[in-house]
Amino acid sequence: MQTVKDSSARSRVGKTLVYLFLAVWALLVLFPFYWMLLTSLKSYAAYNSEYIPRFFTAAPTLQNYADAFTAVPLGKYFLNTVIFTLITTAVMLLVTVLAAFAFSRLEFRGKDLVFTFFLALMMIPSELVVITNFQTITNAGLRNTFTGLILPSVTSVFYIYLLKENFEQIPDELYRAAKVDGTSDFHYLTRVMIPICRPTIITVTILKVIECWNSFVWPRLITDDANYFLVSNGIQAIRENGFGRENIPAMMAAVVVISVPLIVLFLLFRNKIMAGVSRGGTKG
Amino acid sequence: MKNNGYKGWLYLLPAILFLGAFMVYPLIDVFVYSFEEGYNSASQSFFGTGLYNYRYVLRDEYFLQALKNTFLLVVITVPLSTLFALLISVALNSIKKLRDLFQTIYFLPYVTNTLAVGLVFMILFKKTAYTDGLVNLVINFFGSPSVDFIEGPYWAKMFVLCFYTIWVVLPFKILILTSALASVRQDFYNAARLDATPKWRVFTRITLPMISPQLFYLIITGFIGAFKAYSDAVAIFGTDLNAAGMNTIVGYVYDMLYGNSGGWPSYASAAAIILFAIVLTITCINLLVSRKHVYYV
Amino acid sequence: MKVILDHLTKKFPSRNKKDKTEVIAVNDMSIEIPDGKLVGLLGPSGCGKSTALNLICGLETPTSGRVLFGDDDVTALPPEKRGVGLVFQNYALYPHLTVRQNILFPLQNLRGADKLSKEEMEKRMLAAASLVQIDGLLERKPSEMSGGQQQRVAIARALVKTPRVLLLDEPLSNLDARLRLQTREEIRRIQRETGVTTVFVTHDQEEAMSISDVIVVMKDGLLQQTGEPQEVYNDPANLFVARFLGTPPINVFDGAVRCGRLYLGEDAIMEVAGVADRPVTVGIRPEGFRVRDDGPMVCALQAVEVMGRDTTIVSTHPTLQGSSIRSIISAEYAEGVSGDTVRFYLKESKVHLFDPDSGERIRAQSLKAL
Repeated sequence: MQTVKDSSARSRVGKTLVYLFLAVWALLVLFPFYWMLLTSLKSYAAYNSEYIPRFFTAAPTLQNYADAFTAVPLGKYFLNTVIFTLITTAVMLLVTVLAAFAFSRLEFRGKDLVFTFFLALMMIPSELVVITNFQTITNAGLRNTFTGLILPSVTSVFYIYLLKENFEQIPDELYRAAKVDGTSDFHYLTRVMIPICRPTIITVTILKVIECWNSFVWPRLITDDANYFLVSNGIQAIRENGFGRENIPAMMAAVVVISVPLIVLFLLFRNKIMAGVSRGGTKG
Repeated sequence: MKNNGYKGWLYLLPAILFLGAFMVYPLIDVFVYSFEEGYNSASQSFFGTGLYNYRYVLRDEYFLQALKNTFLLVVITVPLSTLFALLISVALNSIKKLRDLFQTIYFLPYVTNTLAVGLVFMILFKKTAYTDGLVNLVINFFGSPSVDFIEGPYWAKMFVLCFYTIWVVLPFKILILTSALASVRQDFYNAARLDATPKWRVFTRITLPMISPQLFYLIITGFIGAFKAYSDAVAIFGTDLNAAGMNTIVGYVYDMLYGNSGGWPSYASAAAIILFAIVLTITCINLLVSRKHVYYV
Repeated sequence: MKVILDHLTKKFPSRNKKDKTEVIAVNDMSIEIPDGKLVGLLGPSGCGKSTALNLICGLETPTSGRVLFGDDDVTALPPEKRGVGLVFQNYALYPHLTVRQNILFPLQNLRGADKLSKEEMEKRMLAAASLVQIDGLLERKPSEMSGGQQQRVAIARALVKTPRVLLLDEPLSNLDARLRLQTREEIRRIQRETGVTTVFVTHDQEEAMSISDVIVVMKDGLLQQTGEPQEVYNDPANLFVARFLGTPPINVFDGAVRCGRLYLGEDAIMEVAGVADRPVTVGIRPEGFRVRDDGPMVCALQAVEVMGRDTTIVSTHPTLQGSSIRSIISAEYAEGVSGDTVRFYLKESKVHLFDPDSGERIRAQSLKAL
């Protein structure tokens, strides 16, 4: 609704200040991104000769990107992360969809009790369970394997809850109609419920992908063989003993490479991601 | 449909297996560990049961340092980030043009890798042989001498950590608060306007109470998140946080578990449980306070 | 306080961004609302009545034209300086405040010379609360009250600062049928007691007719007619107004005037003076029909619905627009009606002629029953 405009000079000054404030913060948010991109394009020599860093570069070079992929196994880290993310997300989806279906559609004894128990598990901080998981995986000899990386990362009670709520919005009539037509439960799940709830499933998938891509703590505990590093651990390794002498432009090139996929994903699914996160995602 | 009761369990089975193995069992086990005195991964032995692990942890210099760091971080970042997010959200809510653009930009840190962008922050603040770093140049410009934010004095390191933490947590808070503000019905503002309500009073008497549930939610999750800080510190100071004097409680847990000083899951468990107890207490206090001040529809 | 709208126009940019055309919500509207009256602003949804209300209270600024309270031109004044009280359609009571706090809220905003003492505020709040009879509910929150009670609180909050004009936006639309009857009497009473000039917006003609001193009928942003409810009902300015007012609605026929007589098809049904020969649209109110065995208007009988005092005769006629004629007859005259046909003669004052194209009223010098 359009309200009366206070066309006084005072309110115009106020508006300008608001925009100024927002713009300054936007610059502060964007600046690190600009800086990493800029630095990644500066040559090693040029970067180290700038006592006062320049805000642009006259001679951009892609050499740092080549270094990032050759001097350290960035490509390997990247590939590991893709594999880890894909498998973890896929298994998570399967487990979550099946459980959400059971809670929302099937009748069995003890359902409410189990569900309450699941909800209670949402409050358990991962820091508390990571210790035993570390022992379990280590004792099972699964250090430095994808299995060891993936298994404890699969469960997400919150996504089961989210999907269950969504499944329950599908009217009972559809289920009864499908039953009358002789459709099996599993068929009903794959042919009716999943297609109808696709938007939520996509949201859950994206959120899990972001989580996997950025995961650091568990991979750090469970891998010490660089062949199994994910990007987060890779970047940490690069930082600590990456390019021999501190080659900051190459480091920044690596940072750009591992940041780009998620930024692209975000720009593509901006609304879905923001809606999904505001429904209950927290970072971590 | 009771006859297919086993079916429900069948569908639940994978979830139960995963949760059982990696959440329920570890949850019980962590308490067991915490009472097994001095359990060592290498020898797989312990010398008794009791509270020794807790005593050890509470006397450990590194733990006390981590405790101090974490508390400082919480006390500084939670109020600041919440206030700042509120300020930005109110500003965002008052404009129409460019609002989507600003919102998109502000959300960017949420989808970036904490470790990766932390490196950029480190470079911006770090003082090296080649350059004092961009931030120091700005400080020099205002006539003050350079400070090594990464390996220098404690307050400088704490400043960088808080700054980066706020940078990382703001997107989520801004997102929640802008949608909360946008959902306050325009009617209330019109009604207040007709009654010649001063702007400040509209904000404190109408806007704030209306968004108090979300604000409170952010404060609770903010406390929990800040107490569990770890990645941000690693991103800036590297994995050897004890050496940098910037360890956090969670960092201490992981260091005890694995790493240079690792192999002591019982000390890690005791520290994790202490952390959990602190978080639980703070959350309960929050809940009690909120009863008085939060208005739920 | 007299309220004058002087050539008021409000245009909105089209919602479709590519479409540059503007939507005219209120089009050159001029009315004078007399002091101390209860005025119903009436029209179908989207007719601009809510915009008109917002223009009066200042939440919208007019594209052109003026709004005057008495001799005071308030067009340029922001809403908070106009001294109006507005009751929102969904009441807009602050959900986190109690009834007492809600009513006090406007008073606590007063600054400078208008600032009130605590005791004075309390006194005024209690007076407003007892006016709307919610004295017993002061400590409740809005969510703990019924819709009707919330409505009263909203009215009390609007009245507590003694506004020059009280505005109500669809005051009855959120209430159930029983409460609606009760609340509209309540609004009438409160208006009488306070004597404040009151404008309310509604799409329900019955609501407007039953309590207004004056009704203002709008359509597509244009003022159609204004006057006392009965006067507008009896003497509609055009076919739209005639159709919009009255339940059951007016019956409309395609007719013609030929040689001083009004024809429906081949039946001459009335004598007309002062209208040249031409096609006309004929509107006949349900109560304008009288049964007579040799009546000039022959209709095919469909049903007779006896409802106590009155009887509704449902019939049809070839020239009728719509599916059936509903006529209301005193039960005693309807007793003999049966068979396939029913014959009517018509009461002069209940028959109106309109231009078939523009819908404007054609005023005959006289109409006489046959």
